[in-house]
Amino acid sequence: MAQFNLNINGKTQQVDVDPSTPLLWVLRDHLDLVGTKFGCGIAQCGACTIHLNGTAVRSCQLPVSATEGAQITTIEGLSENGDHPVQQAWMEHDVPQCGYCQAGQIMTAAALLQQNPNPSDEEIENAMNGNICRCGTYLRIKAAVKTAAQKL
Amino acid sequence: MTKVNTKLDRRSFLRVSALASGGMMLSFSWLAGCKPTPEEELGLPKEWFELNSYIKIGENGAVTLYSPNPEFGSNVKTSMPMILAEELDTDWKNVWVEQADFYPERFDRQFTGGSQGIRQGWTPLRTAGATARAMLVAAAAQSWNVPANEITTSAGILEHKASGKKAHYGEMASLAATLEIPEEVELKDISDFKIIGHSKRNVDGQKIVSGKPLFAIDHKVEGMKYAAIVHPPAFGMRLKSFDKNSVMGMPGIQDVFSINVFKDDYVQNFFDTTTFPEIVAIVGNSTWEVMQAKKNLVAEWEKAPETKFKMAGFGGNSMDVTVPSGLENTSSHKSRMAEFIKNPGTVVRKDGDPEGMFKKAAKVIERTYSAPFLAHNTMEPMNCFADVKGNKAVIYGPTQAPEFIMGTLSSSLGIPRENIQINLARMGGGFGRRAYSHHMVEAALISQKIQAPVKMVYTREDDLSAGVYRPTYSATYRAALDENNNLLALHVKAGGIPESPLHANRFPAGALDHYLAESWDIPSNITIGAFRAPRSNFIAGAEQSFLDELAEEMEKDPIDFRLELLKRAETDPVGTNNDYDPKRYAGVLQLVKEKSNWNQAQSNVHRGVSAYFCHNSYVAEVVDTVIKDNKPVVESVYAAVDCGIVINPDSAANMGEGAIVDGIGNAFFGELAFNNGAPTKTNFDTYRMIRQKEAPKKIEVHFVESTENPTGLGEPLFPPVFAALANSLYKATGKRYYEQPFAPQLEMGNLRM
Ligand code: FES
Ligand code: FES
Repeated sequence: MAQFNLNINGKTQQVDVDPSTPLLWVLRDHLDLVGTKFGCGIAQCGACTIHLNGTAVRSCQLPVSATEGAQITTIEGLSENGDHPVQQAWMEHDVPQCGYCQAGQIMTAAALLQQNPNPSDEEIENAMNGNICRCGTYLRIKAAVKTAAQKL
Repeated sequence: MTKVNTKLDRRSFLRVSALASGGMMLSFSWLAGCKPTPEEELGLPKEWFELNSYIKIGENGAVTLYSPNPEFGSNVKTSMPMILAEELDTDWKNVWVEQADFYPERFDRQFTGGSQGIRQGWTPLRTAGATARAMLVAAAAQSWNVPANEITTSAGILEHKASGKKAHYGEMASLAATLEIPEEVELKDISDFKIIGHSKRNVDGQKIVSGKPLFAIDHKVEGMKYAAIVHPPAFGMRLKSFDKNSVMGMPGIQDVFSINVFKDDYVQNFFDTTTFPEIVAIVGNSTWEVMQAKKNLVAEWEKAPETKFKMAGFGGNSMDVTVPSGLENTSSHKSRMAEFIKNPGTVVRKDGDPEGMFKKAAKVIERTYSAPFLAHNTMEPMNCFADVKGNKAVIYGPTQAPEFIMGTLSSSLGIPRENIQINLARMGGGFGRRAYSHHMVEAALISQKIQAPVKMVYTREDDLSAGVYRPTYSATYRAALDENNNLLALHVKAGGIPESPLHANRFPAGALDHYLAESWDIPSNITIGAFRAPRSNFIAGAEQSFLDELAEEMEKDPIDFRLELLKRAETDPVGTNNDYDPKRYAGVLQLVKEKSNWNQAQSNVHRGVSAYFCHNSYVAEVVDTVIKDNKPVVESVYAAVDCGIVINPDSAANMGEGAIVDGIGNAFFGELAFNNGAPTKTNFDTYRMIRQKEAPKKIEVHFVESTENPTGLGEPLFPPVFAALANSLYKATGKRYYEQPFAPQLEMGNLRM
């Protein structure tokens, strides 16, 4: 066990966990930030995507010890009222089916648009390819990313 | 206007306010309630008045509607309340939706599966809405001292035009809640619908996009422990022993023990499918810690002997189930299936003289199709929260079928049903997998043992290797043609491990004078279960691929060929057991022909068509493939659907798009194989799932305009896409695809996948 000071969604949070604990489980079990989801645990599905200093990363493969000093953003902190342009676009296209993958999809999309405000179809497909949606909402995801790009 | 008798389903009209306010009904209460529109037209009322099991109205006019069925992504949590709101004649913007928990005494059929939620909920939900409306009208009539039949309603407002009196529902709710339930109520004319048929957004949408806790895996209470499970590494194996000390000293680990899902004398029901009745549970302070301990657990496994048990089937009859012993392999599965293909099967249907026709045929075409086992891979792995203390249990988990696990819970826990509360979580996908809810029993037994609340979570590897798969199937189709290429007879012989995919009375049965359908199956200890459109999800692909090849052989357009057969089935059907309506079947083919511009395909686009009927609905699909940079790309998919009245069109289209993507993914990549009883793939690094890049670039879902009662929608768009894709790939590559998944064969053909 060791103490870590984490900067999550603009707030400093202290946790006392094993240094190898993936950030995913620190968020979910220790900090009650359950919007970040567990899907595979091996960086293959994207359900656990968060932003680390603005870049989309898979939190299931990110030991908490590697996140001290970094700016961590989770779905809960993407916007104050759930109205980030990407979230709004997701509402507009009524993207979710079961909804389980969507926080990860939104976090990947938001990071993409941060770096590339006007992505081509191919760039969207490449960026979103690491996020599995078992319900198959891929077309709506792509359409929503485009809508968000126009709003940003 | 249709009149319906409310006596048919009295239980829906029980008013159980005591339960609603004091019991667990409100334990997930307001915070879990969802308002369909973000703009708050009406705030929280001070008091609610319950009109029936589904409907509460606040004194300010706000309406709470309970959605009875579990939600796994088919959006029933929005569409079922839409049906209630329509007949209640309220304004959708003043509606809050709450997920009803499992209350069999209040609700009729809290089951999500078989695409039956809307079909079977249609009349009960309309009746419940209309009854509440009639009671509000009666209350207004009494208050205003005017005849009830002079009162009109619109968007939550009652009005008596002659006297100029007006009130919103909230003003009449307290009186209405005390009135007798009318024996007969009127349902609206379909042409008067204002909510049904008009797209409404997912009532949970805002919560989903902002990461609010919605799923069982998100649940947490004070003092809750975390649990992981360890199950045998292969089908055909069981636990021999385990060494508690191998994990007990590890950080955060509280206890390790084994649990037995079933009591010895328990008679399993149809949905009790459980691969490993005895597993090891590890309990600790956090998910990560129990997952670490899981890796360290030293356990010995042994081969399980053949087992026999009684299983209660549908309709009260019971069957004897034998689970064979042994460690199975995909290679031996394939060779055994090859034997069965050669041997005669069980005749399930025979029309005319098929054998005679095959003897005198000028030409016989024979093709065999196959598909592997598939894992459901719901995005949210299996998990469950349970709090069992003394003689009481609260279970909160993802289940499609709470009523089918209640008896198991009661037996295994030794707690009477009335002391067990099952609360229904939103599910991160279901696809049939969560109709089998032994995960709830596992969590409950763990909680009972430690007498504390617990959340049990499967790893992806546990989830993928715990069984309840789509079976592996095979189907051999034969057609007899005369010297003029006329179709004389059709023969299908289909089977699988451990069940046959055959639907012998579906098309093209009924369209052919001479038809033979045979079935076979091979027992196995690999557990299977419903997977989006069970059986149809394979046989449709085989049948519709074969018809495509047959049409080509007969030099006919594939759509025209199907339409000809359907015309025959309509005008002069063969046999009496045909379980489809040829007219509606033809209707979707005609619609897809029109919408896809079938006759004007572009030259570089390769198209395939397919049509299928299942879950009471008709679907035809056209897939357009192009080869780009040596890669097959699914450019467009057009679907035409006849599922009767569509409640929520945009969300219905969403689900249709999802089913098409799901079908394309499984056709290209879906495959689970076994080596010495163990699945060879246990996570997404090896089990390939369709991703953004492989999804079609465009999907159009067109619904046939209809005034028929609604039928299934979650499943019917899935089965036809396999053949539409295969037929399109044939056009693109010149090769037929008989074996799923297609990607390895495409790669052998030097295409990149
Ligand atoms: S859970 Fe992290 S990528 Fe799947
Ligand atoms: S919406 Fe269900 S996994 Fe994406």
